[in-house]
Order: sequence, then structure tokens, then C-alpha cells
Amino acid sequence: MTQATTIGTTRRAVSLLERLENSRLGLGLLFLLPAAALLLVFLTYPLGLGVWLGFTDEKIGRPGIYVGLENYGFLWHDSVFWLSVFNTVLYTTVASVLKFGLGLWLALLLNERLPFKAFFRAIVLLPWVVPTVLSAIAFWWIYDAQFSILSYVLQKIGLITGPINFLGDPTNARASVIAANVWRGIPFVAITLLAGLQTISPSLYEAATLDGATSWQRFRYVTFPLLTPIIAIVMTFSVLFTFTDFQLIYVLTRGGPVNATHLMATLSFQRGISGGNLGEGAAIAVAMIPFLLAAILFSYFGLQRRRWQQGGRD
Amino acid sequence: MADVTTTTARAGDEGGMNYLERLPRRVVTVYLPLAIFVFVLLFPFYWMAITTFKPNEELTDYKNYSPFWVVNPTLAHIRYLLFETSYPGWLLNTVIISVAATFLSLLASVFAAYAIERLRFKGSRGVGLAIFLAYLVPPSILFIPLAVMVFKLGLYDTRFALILTYPTFLIPFCTWLLMGYFRSIPYELEECALIDGATRWQILTRIVLPLAVPGLISAGIFAFTLSWNEFIYALTFIQSSENKTVPVGVLTELVRSDVYEWGALMAGALLGSLPVVILYSFFVEHYVSSMTGAVKE
Repeated sequence: MTQATTIGTTRRAVSLLERLENSRLGLGLLFLLPAAALLLVFLTYPLGLGVWLGFTDEKIGRPGIYVGLENYGFLWHDSVFWLSVFNTVLYTTVASVLKFGLGLWLALLLNERLPFKAFFRAIVLLPWVVPTVLSAIAFWWIYDAQFSILSYVLQKIGLITGPINFLGDPTNARASVIAANVWRGIPFVAITLLAGLQTISPSLYEAATLDGATSWQRFRYVTFPLLTPIIAIVMTFSVLFTFTDFQLIYVLTRGGPVNATHLMATLSFQRGISGGNLGEGAAIAVAMIPFLLAAILFSYFGLQRRRWQQGGRD
Repeated sequence: MADVTTTTARAGDEGGMNYLERLPRRVVTVYLPLAIFVFVLLFPFYWMAITTFKPNEELTDYKNYSPFWVVNPTLAHIRYLLFETSYPGWLLNTVIISVAATFLSLLASVFAAYAIERLRFKGSRGVGLAIFLAYLVPPSILFIPLAVMVFKLGLYDTRFALILTYPTFLIPFCTWLLMGYFRSIPYELEECALIDGATRWQILTRIVLPLAVPGLISAGIFAFTLSWNEFIYALTFIQSSENKTVPVGVLTELVRSDVYEWGALMAGALLGSLPVVILYSFFVEHYVSSMTGAVKE
């Protein structure tokens, strides 16, 4: 709107605009300005600042000085940090494998000829739409030590005698948070894979059936290869979100019992914000970057493969 | 029938080859697993809702009352939430912050996406790639340096802290999505307009944007939901109760150390989820297309 008004008011602005019109680079940079400014100030700069903070001993309310690798040296000998790395890798691996397996299964089910298909697809996505913190609070109540509905049902069936201590025991707590994460992640995997499945031509399956392929062979040699590119991308995103997860753990366990469910993100928050050691918290966050880079490279090669496949199909 | 053959792809079980499979087999291989999936995925919401309306004496008394049903439904928890806590204020904050952050991000993204996709200036591909990489930077590694910045800028404990930081994850997403939409608009339309003497600004506002309305709705809905759900920035940058958003407020203010008021907590979770669920139910197709579109592009 401001541009439109300046056109009418001054002649000099017109000539300037005309020159901008003819320069695609100038106009392009002008159009990019708002997004670039916001991203540079609030994304690129903090990313650099985070790396810098990792080399300082900054605390809340006190500016830090450069201490070199002291934070990292401290973390190297910190068993809680290594436990959080182990937990993060375990959490990401187990949850991603389960999300992939169950998500793919759900996608295949939804791709069948079903009544009310659109309705099913809509409600299946609900866990992903609802704020994670709020559904995690529901899980907190489901996992309650005394009044857990799961314990109640299992006791009624006669499988267990006393209530299960879902979040109080290290092994149970790990399994419980992974289950909650998988519950939330399945819809995303399923719906995106379903979109990929719908692009596969039915004639391929008919041809395979005529050649005598079993349903497993049709899945293994037709569905899976055609789905690989989208699987690579979906799983990269899924791994990325799971690896950097914070909300679920913060609501359910806050890293307990005895740090058994502390992820790197929650440890970073605990040390950096709750504990006030911004430098150390930033160092933990920076330690996550190599893992994220690995995931991004994985995604890149997934995309490359897709281009090759498209070329090969033509 | 044409509909069936185009929308379904996994054959052998349907479409032209449907006769190969009998009903009892389909019940075991399709309907039963699907029913279990739907039950597990929806049960927490049912549990949330049923707990909201349970009076306190029924809530923990599994001996005299079946936990799966409510005998004397009550609105006490919702009344408590709305009139004795700051919940309405948190709802208002969340709405203001989400709308402002979404609007800001959409505005910046429309220009950026148009510049990258249609102006094709030197280096636009590189910028597009940089935007995609920005999408992959998670809030969990940014919140500490951002907290330092927010504090230095004097934004700590204000709504602006969140309105200005949410675009860091909204702009990359919206730009990426809109780039895909702009790509689908034929070049010829723009060329015609250029020949007729339209400026780039006129092309954008009169031709491209009206054609990209579905994309704008998709990006807007998705961005709004992401802002509504955001937690770690809101937890870190906001301190006073009256400035909190719903997810942070419910978790930090409704949980007392000694007694968990499960009724009020579940009511808070239910009411906080409803706005996004209602929005989602109106725009399911847009939502799905933005979710799958961001991955497929």
C-alpha cells in the first residue's frame, strides 16, 4: 500500500520504482527484505550467538567471558550429559522405528477401499493437530501412579496385581515417554506416506498380479521402491523432531527419575535456564548440531535420489 | 467407479481386483487393525473429555463408579477454570500472539516466495535452499541465545518476544509452501499482464495472490496451529502469569505441588485444544495439503 501511495505523490519515486522494476535483482532483494531481516536477526544471529555462548561462562544476570573449551571439557566428564546423549539416541531410534513401522501400516490401511475414508483420515490426524503439551498432560493423567486407567484395565483383566508405576521407574518411564511420542508421531508419518501411496498407479499392481506376484512381493518390489524418496524425507523430519523433542519430556517427567529420561534438549533447558548457566546450556545445545547435520545430509541424499528416479521413469 | 480406481492405489485388495479378497479376510487384515489404531489414537481425547466432566468424588473412586463413564456430569471444573484462574487471559494471549505471528510470517513469506520463485534473480536458488535449511533449525537449540537477545532488547515477559520469534519457524515453512503454489501458476498470465503494462506489484496483488488463495489459507492455518502449539519459547521468554499462553499457563499455573487437580487440568487441556481442532475440522483438506506439501516439495 505504501508503494502505491508514493507512486501518486512524487515523480522522483516513480522513476526510482521504474528502475527497480527493470532490475530483477533489486526488486528481488526488496521483496526478500522482510523475511530475510526477520530470519537473520532471530535465526542466523542467535545460531551464531549460541555457538559463541558455548565458549563463555555467561550466567543469567552476569555477562560471561571467553573460557575456551571449558564447558565442553566439563561436559566430557559429566556422566549426566552422557546419559542424556544415550537417552536421546535411544529415544530417537526406538520412537522413529516404531513411528515408521506403525505409520506405514496405518497408511496402507487407509489406502484401502474404505467407507468414510476422508473421515478416518481426518480423525487419525487429530493427535498431531492438538498442542503437544495439552495431549501430554492427558498422558500424564493416563500414566498416573495411583489412578492410571491402564493399570485399572490390566488389573481388571487380571494381568497384573498392583498398579504400574509408569513414570517412577527408569525403564517404565522410558517406555512410557516413547509410547506417548509414538502416539503423537504416527499420524504425521501415516498421512504423508498416504499422500505418497496415492500417487502410485494401480496399473503397476495389476501388472504385478498378472505376473503372479504375492501381496508381499507387490509391496516389496512395487510399493516400497516407489515410496522410498518420500520415506527418506518424512523420516528425516521425524528424526529431527524426535531428536530435539522437549515438550513431552518436560511435561511427563522433567528428565526424571534419576535422569533416566533426560534428553539433550531438556538437560540444556535445566542447566541453561532453570540453573542459570547459559554458557553450559548453550554448549549442550551446540552438541546436538552434529546429529542434526547428519539428518539433513540424509535428507539431501534422499532428494537427490528422487530426482534420479524421476529422470529414470520418464 | 472412476473415483475408486484413481484414489486407491494398493491393488489386489480393491479396485478392479477386489473380487480376489473375501469379506472375513478383509475384516481381519483391514477393519480390525484400523479399529485398533483409531481407538488408541482417540482414547486420550476421550479420557481428557470424560475427566473434564467428572465430579471430584467420581474421579478417583474406581470401586463405586466405572471410570469409563460419568454418572453425575458437572461443569465445576470448567467454571473454576474460567472464573477462578487466569485461563481466559491465557486464551486471549494465545489468540493475539498466534494471529500476529501468522500474519507477520505470511506477509514476509508471500514476498519472499514470489521473489524466489518468479523474479528469478541471480542467486534465488541459493536463497531458496537457505530457507529450506532454516526450516530444519529446531527451536531447542535456539532458545538459550534467543533468551539472551530477548532480555537485552527489553522484550522479556512481553507478547512481542513471542510475536517476533515465532516467525523463525513459520517463515521458512510458509515460504517453502507458497513457492510450491506460485510454481503452479502459469507464467503466461504474468507475461500477459506485463505486456498490458502492469507493474510487478500489480501482478502480485491482482494476479498471483488471488490464484494462490488456497495456498495462503493452507499456510495460514498451519502457521496458526504451529504458533498455538509452541511451548519452549513461551516457557522461556514469559514469566508473569498474565502474559502466559495456554500450554504454558496450564502446565505451570494449574499444577500445584501437593495436589493435582486433574479435573481442572483436563478441562484446561480440552478447552485449549478445541480452537485448533475446530479450525482444523473446517480446513482438513488445506491442512493435509500443507503438511504433505511441505514434505513433498
